[in-house]
Amino acid sequence: MSQVLVVTSGKGGVGKTTSTAAIGAALAMNGNKVAVVDFDVGLRNLDLVMGAERRVVYDLINVVQGEAKLQQALIRDKRLDTLFLLPASQTRDKDALTSEGVARVMDELREHFDWIVCDSPAGIERGAMLAMRHADVAVVVTNPEVSSVRDSDRIIGMLDAKTAKAERGEYMEKHLLLTRYDAARAERGQMLKVDDVLEILSIPLLGIIPESEAVLNASNVGCPVTLVDGDSAPAKAYIDAARRLEGEEIPMVVPMERRGLMSKLFGRRAA
Amino acid sequence: MTIFNFFKPQRSAPVARDRLQILLQHERVSAGASDLIGVLREEILAVIARHVDIPKDNVQVKMQRGDAVSTLEVEIELPNPIRRRQTDTKTAAA
Repeated sequence: MSQVLVVTSGKGGVGKTTSTAAIGAALAMNGNKVAVVDFDVGLRNLDLVMGAERRVVYDLINVVQGEAKLQQALIRDKRLDTLFLLPASQTRDKDALTSEGVARVMDELREHFDWIVCDSPAGIERGAMLAMRHADVAVVVTNPEVSSVRDSDRIIGMLDAKTAKAERGEYMEKHLLLTRYDAARAERGQMLKVDDVLEILSIPLLGIIPESEAVLNASNVGCPVTLVDGDSAPAKAYIDAARRLEGEEIPMVVPMERRGLMSKLFGRRAA
Repeated sequence: MTIFNFFKPQRSAPVARDRLQILLQHERVSAGASDLIGVLREEILAVIARHVDIPKDNVQVKMQRGDAVSTLEVEIELPNPIRRRQTDTKTAAA
């Protein structure tokens, strides 16, 4: 049975697109047929993070409006032949995404894929609502930082009220993905700890993605972090998260980035 | 910054946690409040109306949010003389 997953957060810049690409690729590596769908009309970036920006011909809006067939718009990943991208439109107005049109496309995707991973735009406007509308399960991406936690709380409320599943009276499954986590700073009391965020948001934890250079390196080269180097700390965390989504029980570890003494003493990190 | 500050980093995370907990308690209540008050009003009215004849707009429900506790104020005006509904005694007898 196919599963529609929405990757959402409310706040921008917390790692929705990175997480969509990484989880989508990890699910595909496990033998699933996966479509990642970009809902960020006008500000599409999933194509860039996936390294498919020069292969976009048709997009989600073309399919919603009936100007292209789904199979024409889907882009097959060059590294994994079970991974597909449905890009967002860069030029069209987001109002072109009709509720009925999106419902039809999601139904069609369900016929062909095991997992459909929807990358939500930031905010709580129409695009974000349509991205979560048909989801069976939600991943709420949160940074250990006050504004991100507050916005996640708001989004959790909307997942429980505005999705088709919630309106049918069913329970909306939600998972927390804590990104850009720095265990050492949390230990020194300079960053919210995993338990703090879990206590405040009270949804189950899917994974802890450490702050890491590997994430930026991956987007620089246009490859999901789980495909660049499966042994990097964030890749391992995403691969575990994807397996948990599939129902496996994997013990949660707080990932630590290994840094040499010299880089500890002299290394500087981007904020 | 003195050398002592350097060795004693600021523990700001507990402040962040406390601020969030207080803020979100309030936001969660206000997000669902308009709906909650309406639901409470309808249901309270229905219970009273089962036993006493009252006009529909004589039930006032107010919620006041405080720091430690919030209070729910329910004010019901019963017109004199209080008229018991007959249906209850009938069903009880039947």
